[in-house]
Amino acid sequence: MSHIVPVNRKARLIAKLVLDAPDTARAMSLPDPPFGCTTIFAPGWEADSSGGTSNLCTPIERDLYDCYHSCYWPAQVPDALTNFPKWANACGAPVKDWTSTDLVFP
Amino acid sequence: MGEPLIPMTTFAATVHRRRVVDDAVWIYASSSAAVLRLDAVADAVLGAFRDGPKTVDAALAAAAAAPGAAGIPSADLATTLRELVGLGLVRPLGESAPPAPTVPPMPYPLTTLVVNVTNACNLSCTYCYEYGEDRLADRERTDGTARRSTMTVETARESVDFLFANSEGRPEITVTFFGGETLLNWTVIEAAVAHAEARAKAEGRKVNFSLTTNATLLTDAIIDFLVDHTFGINISIDGAAEDHDRHRKFKSGEGSYELILPKIRRLLEKNRARRGRPIGARVTLTRGTKDVRGLFRHLTEDLGFDEVGLAPVTAAKDRDWAFEPSDYHLLVDAFGALADDYVDAASAGRHHGFSNLSDLLRELHTGTNKAHPCGAGLGLLGVSTEGDLGLCHRFVESGEHEIGSISEGIDSEKRAAFLDAGHISKRIDCHGCFARPVCSGGCYHEAYVRTGDASAPNLHACDWIRAWTDIGLSSYARIMAKNPAWFDRHEVST
Repeated sequence: MSHIVPVNRKARLIAKLVLDAPDTARAMSLPDPPFGCTTIFAPGWEADSSGGTSNLCTPIERDLYDCYHSCYWPAQVPDALTNFPKWANACGAPVKDWTSTDLVFP
Repeated sequence: MGEPLIPMTTFAATVHRRRVVDDAVWIYASSSAAVLRLDAVADAVLGAFRDGPKTVDAALAAAAAAPGAAGIPSADLATTLRELVGLGLVRPLGESAPPAPTVPPMPYPLTTLVVNVTNACNLSCTYCYEYGEDRLADRERTDGTARRSTMTVETARESVDFLFANSEGRPEITVTFFGGETLLNWTVIEAAVAHAEARAKAEGRKVNFSLTTNATLLTDAIIDFLVDHTFGINISIDGAAEDHDRHRKFKSGEGSYELILPKIRRLLEKNRARRGRPIGARVTLTRGTKDVRGLFRHLTEDLGFDEVGLAPVTAAKDRDWAFEPSDYHLLVDAFGALADDYVDAASAGRHHGFSNLSDLLRELHTGTNKAHPCGAGLGLLGVSTEGDLGLCHRFVESGEHEIGSISEGIDSEKRAAFLDAGHISKRIDCHGCFARPVCSGGCYHEAYVRTGDASAPNLHACDWIRAWTDIGLSSYARIMAKNPAWFDRHEVST
């Protein structure tokens, strides 16, 4: 640390533990992890590690549908379980026609 | 080093105190009790959050615009921000805080037992919480019969046994004798010491003794005993005659200063000759105390006390000797003046006996971060003349605060309930305060006297505690700048 001096024992301890420690194993331990998704183990990134979409394991459109269909990020889509069960009825193949899903106004 | 920061995340500064001492910026981080020194660049980065939360980009832009960071590459600012995040001074907004410390697993072994050998006193100090209007102790048992006012030798020995049995794993324990006036029951102290030393020897442990006395009954024989057994001794004395005799009187109304003066001199002389433990003067400050610096010099220079501890009187708010928030500037000025003397002495490598500041500096240097304000109910318990246990010596014989007895053991349910209620996580008022790590809400007994609730934070004293913590931080910074080696002794002792 070039601009901060840890002075008391506690500060020196924290500096040693937190700042000097090598990056330990973390789920999101990539140098520039994609942000906004769930975990590194699930398919469906909004962006790949280069910031684009070309290296995604599933197309971005599929991501939206996964949020709805498999419910692992339910806040992003209308609640199809109780309030909007027909929200995605018009969308048979999400990769092709995801735009036909409707807006909802809770 | 540190984690990469997510540009769109909003960050905010955590609770901290920023002090500029001799042109250097010092930060006391209240989440951890870390003390840090920042240069102008780091100060600009942390300062970017002074007017509220910001995204990384907005914070770095604000920092770059500050005079202290002029011309500094943005990568350097970003690294500094990352370090501040790593140190816990800046955190993502809304991210849940790291887990708070919890009440330690029970049974928690004791370190100290405060033994009230007598409730009787030969003085009638007007401000006394034991005898005055703020007394908590019930002089009668629940069945209406009178409690014993002095402890028997048997109960004292059992108290010692209780401490040994409930301090498992502690190589060193302390028996503190308290009263009333402790020396009124001298035979019990002698017996307890002999018993404790025999047990310590048998178990290969070390037992320390300490005692508080008003010094009126000190004799040469008692002085020899105290020095021989390396007692830690606290003498209650409020300064020179004028201050001392204002409240510390015999029942006749006569002051006690004249009587204790030669006895104290003999004790200090003998203790010094034998290189005993430092002897402390315990001063109760009241609204009537005028010249605290003069009082301190009288006790250290004229009389030769090694340490002087100053305590503002504990009293309900309508007492005319009690300090009110409007009087706290008197305390701040007085303690500040003593702290200046302390800093001069420490900077030159000399001892200074202002023990309040020694204690605070030790906590600041260590980075003490208290989950409870003191050890009451945790490592320390008080025991009454009849063997009942209280949270501390101030609570013994106060029915609702009793937590068992030496014969039946600690009431672990009441102990746990009390520690839980007094835990810092329950003192929401304290969470935004920079002085929280050292204060943690303050004395349970004072809270009880003021509010009727022992687990309430002492909100009437906040301004004073914050001012005192500021004095401590400034003193710490000044000594650290001039003579950092002075703190080495704290490194060794902690």
